[in-house]
Amino acid sequence: MASTTTRPRTDKAAPHRLSNDLSNETLMQWLYDMQLIREFELRTAQAYQQAKIGGFCHIYIGQEASAVGTLACIHHDDPVILAYRDHGHALARGMDPKTCMAEMFGKAAGCAKGKGGSMHMFDKANHLYGGHGIVAAQTPLAAGLAFASKYEREVLKQAVDGGKAKKKICLCYLGDGALNQGAFHESLNLAQVLSLPVIYIVENNGYSMGTSIDRGTTMAHDLSRKAAAYGMEYAQIDGMDILNIYDRFKPLADDCRKQQRPAFVNLITYRYHGHSMSDPQKYRTKDELNQWKDRDSIATLAAHLIGPTEPPAQAGGPPTNSRACLTQAQWKQMQKDIRTTVREAVKFAEQAPEPDLETELYSDVYQNPLPNLSPTRDYTHGSENPLQ
Amino acid sequence: MANLTLVQSINLALAQEMEADDSIVLLGEDIGINGGVFRVTDGLQKRFGNDRVIDTPLAESGIMGFSVGLAMAGMKPIPEIQFEGFLGPAYDQLVNHAARFRTRTRGALTVPLTVRVPVGGGIHAPELHSDSPEAIYAHHPGLKVVMPATPYDAKGLLISAIRDPDPVVFFEPKRVYRSFREEVPEDEYTIEIGKAKVVSEGTDLTVVTWGASLFQCLEALDELPEDISVELIDLRSIYPFDAEAIIESVRKTGRCVVVHEAPLTAGFGAEISSQIQEHCFLYLEAPVQRVAGFDTVMPYYKLELDYLPEAPRIKSAIEECMAY
Repeated sequence: MASTTTRPRTDKAAPHRLSNDLSNETLMQWLYDMQLIREFELRTAQAYQQAKIGGFCHIYIGQEASAVGTLACIHHDDPVILAYRDHGHALARGMDPKTCMAEMFGKAAGCAKGKGGSMHMFDKANHLYGGHGIVAAQTPLAAGLAFASKYEREVLKQAVDGGKAKKKICLCYLGDGALNQGAFHESLNLAQVLSLPVIYIVENNGYSMGTSIDRGTTMAHDLSRKAAAYGMEYAQIDGMDILNIYDRFKPLADDCRKQQRPAFVNLITYRYHGHSMSDPQKYRTKDELNQWKDRDSIATLAAHLIGPTEPPAQAGGPPTNSRACLTQAQWKQMQKDIRTTVREAVKFAEQAPEPDLETELYSDVYQNPLPNLSPTRDYTHGSENPLQ
Repeated sequence: MANLTLVQSINLALAQEMEADDSIVLLGEDIGINGGVFRVTDGLQKRFGNDRVIDTPLAESGIMGFSVGLAMAGMKPIPEIQFEGFLGPAYDQLVNHAARFRTRTRGALTVPLTVRVPVGGGIHAPELHSDSPEAIYAHHPGLKVVMPATPYDAKGLLISAIRDPDPVVFFEPKRVYRSFREEVPEDEYTIEIGKAKVVSEGTDLTVVTWGASLFQCLEALDELPEDISVELIDLRSIYPFDAEAIIESVRKTGRCVVVHEAPLTAGFGAEISSQIQEHCFLYLEAPVQRVAGFDTVMPYYKLELDYLPEAPRIKSAIEECMAY
């Protein structure tokens, strides 16, 4: 059974569209962020094919609205954690494209000095607790991050770092393949039993690598049953329309923050590229891909902001409800600017210095490694061990 | 000073550290109301509350992952895994996350985590409840592994582990939990991770051991002829380990027997033996001997003592080494 036949692509929008209250500037920023991710990912794929990026590489193109839309619903200091298709979230959280690209190039200027790579985008300053390479293994970490924020507020009465404790909400992204891992189910149980402020967002692109969700996951047509098993609130959201994501996800995130409780979101989306760069994609048809491209999230938002180029063909047609705040020329200029930004990021990554062997190969395994074990030299990062 | 068992000494260290540092939380299956499967955390939930001594579902992957998340957020979690065999489900979180985040993030995120795990045989428990997997965890860069054998060392090493900025697997030998008492200072003190203890000095042969095997070695030493002078070293820390103490001793004695409960092949004794040949080759009077568990699954209790390196096997290895 083709996955598209059993995966509902639309859902009922809330009666009042919260996104109507957002400014044109905010929506244009979203358009920028989504297009930045797309352009960044195109250049990433290109650099990978040119063997400038090693390891494995998972491209986010098609799913841009998911990261940009959901992250727009939370605060900057809310913890965010996800799996390995993580470049888009890193950019949406505020990581500099140069830093992100340099990390993939394995250069010292990367977010982890070229040690983490494509699947491990960590950005503490932007409260991004990593992309993670083991499917679903990030899900219990999210429960821990959520508990820590709750503990700060309720027990410590201040943040661990001494700042003000706030009601936070942790976003934990996972792919639909993670639904079948044990750690995921342990995490949902923990989150609900301890009432933790964490939202598990399944970025449901229909495929666990090459296995469609219908082939590999029970109750794929109704994932609400998974949430129901844990007594957790569930929402299914069309992830190809960023305004719809905001309309649906914002009130949910606000309520989870207020009540300090978890939720489970099935965000329906689609990736245009393969699972990784080496995916032959025998499991889906061109037609299926094109059907999803017809609903492209960036084109949809751009059309909403630009408005109709011609009046409706007949009176009484569907309301356009568009903003008409962006001209075609401005949109072209935005795309051009983004191309320049990303080109500069690639150039930066290409020209950035290689990691220094002396300081990078052996350091940061422990804070203070014993010099007689492994060739740790005498170089270590971080501060002195308080015990010594 | 108080006369304490290993269990009481660990309980005391946990309580004192929790008193001093609000960012410490304990978590695990039945550690709160019940005080843990071996009652090590007895009374701590009553004293520090449900928010700091958390009864979790029985789900080791979740417990360990949850702890890693807490540590990333700046807290100091101390999960208890009920038996060493149950580290299996938690292995992914411990090895793929806790051990690696410092490196993966170049020090931006660290995992100050202390995992408490009862370890080893000798209590008539079946496999999964009697194993000695210390070499497995010592093999993963980023983890520290300790195994104190006495109440005094347990308190000092546990406090060091909790204050350590990196993840520490703290193995507690079950066989010693209530086997004897010793004087343990009331005040807090630390024992440096990575430092061995010379239990008795000697000139003819070095015995290196750790965990509950220390007491089988002491028993073997008692039965040796008086003219054999043995230097007994309790390694205490498996990783990082005190290579210097071993090398210094073997250069003096020229002979070494390593004793551990874990299976022989690729046990941590192999690493010690290798260190000795690298650094003491010209000092050796005899090949290094290893007395260990057999390369089999830990047997059920009727055969348990045949599997474990008990005093007679240790004694004969020492005698063979001396006669070489």
